[in-house]
Amino acid sequence: MRIGHAKESYAADEALLDSPFQWTMLALMIAGLAALPLFGDPYWVYLVCLIAIHVIGATGLNILTGFTGLVSLGHAAFLGVGAYTVAVLEARIGTPFPVNLLAGGLAAAAVGLVVGLPSLRVKGLYLAIATIAASVILHFVFLHWASLTGGPAGLSLPPATLFGVALDTPFALYWLILPVAGVMVLGAANLFRTRVGRAFIAIRDRDISAELIGIPLLKTKLMSFGISSFYAGVAGGLWAYFFRVVTPESFPLIMSIFFLAAIIVGGLGSILGGVLGAVFMTLVPEALKLGVGLLSGVLPDAVAILAPVRTVVFGALIIGFLIFEPLGLAEIWRRFRRLQHLWPFRT
Amino acid sequence: MRPRSVVSEPAPALAVAGVTLSFGGVRALHDVSFEVQPGSITSVIGPNGAGKTSLFNCISGFYRPAAGSIRLFGERIDRWSPPRRARHGLARTFQNIALFRGMTVLDNIKLGRHAHLETSLVDALVYYGRARREEVALRAEIEHRIIDFLEIDHIRKAPVGALAYGLQKRVELARALAMRPKILLLDEPVAGMNREETEDMARFILDVKADWGVTILMVDHDMGLVMDLSDHVLVLNFGEVIARGRPAEVQDDPTVVAAYLGSGDVESLRRRFAGGSDRGAEAA
Repeated sequence: MRIGHAKESYAADEALLDSPFQWTMLALMIAGLAALPLFGDPYWVYLVCLIAIHVIGATGLNILTGFTGLVSLGHAAFLGVGAYTVAVLEARIGTPFPVNLLAGGLAAAAVGLVVGLPSLRVKGLYLAIATIAASVILHFVFLHWASLTGGPAGLSLPPATLFGVALDTPFALYWLILPVAGVMVLGAANLFRTRVGRAFIAIRDRDISAELIGIPLLKTKLMSFGISSFYAGVAGGLWAYFFRVVTPESFPLIMSIFFLAAIIVGGLGSILGGVLGAVFMTLVPEALKLGVGLLSGVLPDAVAILAPVRTVVFGALIIGFLIFEPLGLAEIWRRFRRLQHLWPFRT
Repeated sequence: MRPRSVVSEPAPALAVAGVTLSFGGVRALHDVSFEVQPGSITSVIGPNGAGKTSLFNCISGFYRPAAGSIRLFGERIDRWSPPRRARHGLARTFQNIALFRGMTVLDNIKLGRHAHLETSLVDALVYYGRARREEVALRAEIEHRIIDFLEIDHIRKAPVGALAYGLQKRVELARALAMRPKILLLDEPVAGMNREETEDMARFILDVKADWGVTILMVDHDMGLVMDLSDHVLVLNFGEVIARGRPAEVQDDPTVVAAYLGSGDVESLRRRFAGGSDRGAEAA
């Protein structure tokens, strides 16, 4: 039972976390994540790294689609731009990894600005198709600009190095990927406490009045595209360091749909939703694998039916969330918190 | 054109001159001219389809008039984009509420100040420092000047979509006030309201004029409200100005009565009901 907190200043009322309880929970979570590589097995460390990369990507797409209302099905291609930029810089030039990551993000943002140009005129489905077209073009570039991208074989890159130490295992990369993800999620949350983020939501909710209160539509939409692709580019860059090989097949259209599914399941227009959605969507296939592993004792050919089941469950989850909880996991969490506030007086 | 002298004679808050607007063959506005004096309340009335909202859309920048000019405190604004007009102190509310439904009341009001805030993208991502200072100052000002004034402190954290109609109208006024307007366009501020809500809104409009010094141009069908509040009334019919003046003058103007009640004198109507076929006489 945590009824509420009296706040004594407007600054306190504007804070992201509004109670000592929340701060405690956050500290516990960070401590848990920091302790994971010390106690957890490599598989879990690998999985958490992958989740963190997906969290960055999903948060980026949420800024564009969830908050600004511009549907994009080209998000994976922006990850690709980031990954290729990092791979080329690392393998061919050998600049330090922070520079590469930043360059990956900026390159993706630059491409995102171009792809975003039609967004002033086209919306909804039409924009979705335009972004698919952009992603097809980018895939063509990845495949055929062989002198830079290595063509169909792709590029492999040496590990990131920090003070002479090669970050070549998930255990080492964990300390790079998680802080970056944390900082980027915090940045996104901050964004929506200020005029910049509010302008995005205004455009989503009612673009006509947004313009009337002084929000320039094209500039703001492009800004949203740019930030979203920057997040994708950084996620792609981390992805490149994590898997150390980048091919045109690494970033298929289905990955864009994966991110879209993640923010729908998690909660469109909610930072927490993007995070929860990415966690959930990454863990579902793993949970299925685990389930199939258990079943294979009973059912010998369980592995053979794994692939279709995964796809079916993916689809069923999206449809289920659209019907039963359109506001996603974030809304379920919010309801749980409200229940916590009032329990045991009302449930 | 006579030269405007800035010193001797203050520019009108809003000067509309010869504005004409057509949609295909339909003439929505024809040669509409009027001036709004600073610090006054001017109302535009007229039957449905008279062009009142078209006029508002021209002033706020949605429609670009085919001819004529619009000046805001002497500056010609008719070629400006809506955001630029907003930055220069033009604010507006809508006949059908145009709030951001997914956001809280507080965020809607904060959005009104958007054009006057300075937080950059990098400031926003970092938040601590400049962005935080600006946000907290904005919040304090909104709380003290707008939320208290419009008596909406109990709903500040509520999502706008969940509010009653009358409250949504009030939040829209709050957002417009947050824009630091010099002139406020109110499109049917009391449409669909009950008597109590209408009286509240009337009080707010008068207070905005008196306490904030904001010039108001409004459209409404509530004649009681228009006649009580306005300093000046402009009557439109079929896109043309058919009368203007003080409320009492306009009320007694025969062309205004005709526009609202239909043309023809009582005798000709009586003959029509009696079965006479004297359309020619009626037209005359």
